[in-house]
Amino acid sequence: MFPALLFYIFSLTIIASALMVIFSKQPINSILFLIFSFINAAGLFLLAGAEFLALIIVIVYVGAVAVLFLFVIMMLDFNPETIKEETKKYLPVGLLVGSVLFVEIILMMNSPEIFSKEFKIIGRIVETDLTNTEILGSLIYTEYFLQFQMAGFILLVAMIGAIVLTLRHRDFVRRQNIHDQVSRDPNTSIELIDIELKTRK
Amino acid sequence: MSLFFMNYILPLLIIFLQSALVMVAVLLMAYFGIYADRKIWAAVQLRKGPNVVGPFGLLQSGADLLKLLFKEIIIPEKANKMIFILGPIVTCFVALSSWAVIPFAEGWVVADINVGILYIFAVSSLGVYGIIMGGWASNSKYPFMGAMRSAAQMVSYEVSIGFVIITVLLCVGSLNLSDIVNAQKNIWFIFPLFPMFIVFFVSALAETNRPPFDLPEAEAELVAGYQTEYSSSLFMLYFLGELAATFLMCAMITILFLGGWLPPFDVFPLTVIPGVVWFLLKMAFIFYLFSMVKALVPRYRYDQLMRLGWKVFLPISLACVVLTSSFLLIFNIAP
Repeated sequence: MFPALLFYIFSLTIIASALMVIFSKQPINSILFLIFSFINAAGLFLLAGAEFLALIIVIVYVGAVAVLFLFVIMMLDFNPETIKEETKKYLPVGLLVGSVLFVEIILMMNSPEIFSKEFKIIGRIVETDLTNTEILGSLIYTEYFLQFQMAGFILLVAMIGAIVLTLRHRDFVRRQNIHDQVSRDPNTSIELIDIELKTRK
Repeated sequence: MSLFFMNYILPLLIIFLQSALVMVAVLLMAYFGIYADRKIWAAVQLRKGPNVVGPFGLLQSGADLLKLLFKEIIIPEKANKMIFILGPIVTCFVALSSWAVIPFAEGWVVADINVGILYIFAVSSLGVYGIIMGGWASNSKYPFMGAMRSAAQMVSYEVSIGFVIITVLLCVGSLNLSDIVNAQKNIWFIFPLFPMFIVFFVSALAETNRPPFDLPEAEAELVAGYQTEYSSSLFMLYFLGELAATFLMCAMITILFLGGWLPPFDVFPLTVIPGVVWFLLKMAFIFYLFSMVKALVPRYRYDQLMRLGWKVFLPISLACVVLTSSFLLIFNIAP
């Protein structure tokens, strides 16, 4: 009874805050509601007994990705008028994508056997005493090692791409070179120069 | 009805009481932490420090607390009111909720979960929200700049903290905090992993915005950073959250490197002393080191801070993860 109650609380807050993400007028409120729904999703994972995934969601999505969202939205200067016009422009595309996703989910829910035949990976229940952290670790690093490494490489390529796009070498910026600074000594940095003295007549 | 009471209400009450106890303990720590901080700082500078209110000035923190509580909360006219009030609450909530998984002694823990250290890491990564929200909602330049600095700083040093934690976990083989302490029965991890201890100590200073990394509130350039517009109890919540986070980091260092509640030697007179005393003594020692750093080291410049985080600590801690795991694998002593 208690878990069921918690489940309904979590899912209702997810739905409510997801709706608030779309309908709130201020972008900053949208992003805060998005973070709130992430945290509640982590709560749902906890209820399902997947404590590792729950905490990874909090660390990755809430602790890193959403912070960047918040950053960008705080730096941008939004005008409520233009947001309304933009919304009108993108409404058909959004509705199309949303409805396609919705229909797909409904189809998947109604006929799970199509998917389970094609992809045997989905929905395999393992009966062990191990915690799900240990099970995930042993599966990722043995059976699905190749896929795991591929995912890592894709992320690496994305990271290098982002760095290459934003890296600019500007010659006029003076940078501190700690090694040069520390290895200075009086012999190399102080020079005695004889200056001709002009006496005033 | 009695079954319902035994199954649901009683456990809830017990958890509630336990959490309240831990919260009171943390608040007491914060109370005397401020006092100790000021006394140590004063002693280094050959001053007397707080010595007027109460014997040895012990009630000074209480007087400050009362003063803050009775002042008026001032909210700037153009501030975003909701987020302005939410900011300090989030900071304080996050800093206090991490204490749920800290084992003060054998079995003295509110929630003994299997992924304890991951929980602390996850919850402390939320601490940045309170600061960004407060800084942005103040609708003023200096708080916003302080908030941005703080966010970048906390996100950067979280990376090296994560790698240090992974190194320790490699030697333990469990994410449970009590298991981490019990794995140090033979030798505390500070001895084999000393470089990691240094990296963690400095990163903890940066993560909790302690001097010499207190750039978010660098008063010389940013007035008071993200706290500029805050007053009264809202300011107190920020202050309290920061102190609770600092003590949490002390507790983390104690658990990861100094053997938690274990006595230094497993011999007769030392084993009689209860574990919680050892735990608090070790925490107090780490806090003393934090205070000494505050008193002795000048503030870092912002680019130096970023350089230290990304170009020094990240490579060192990454190399240590690889080295430790290779070492454990070659000598076949991995748990």
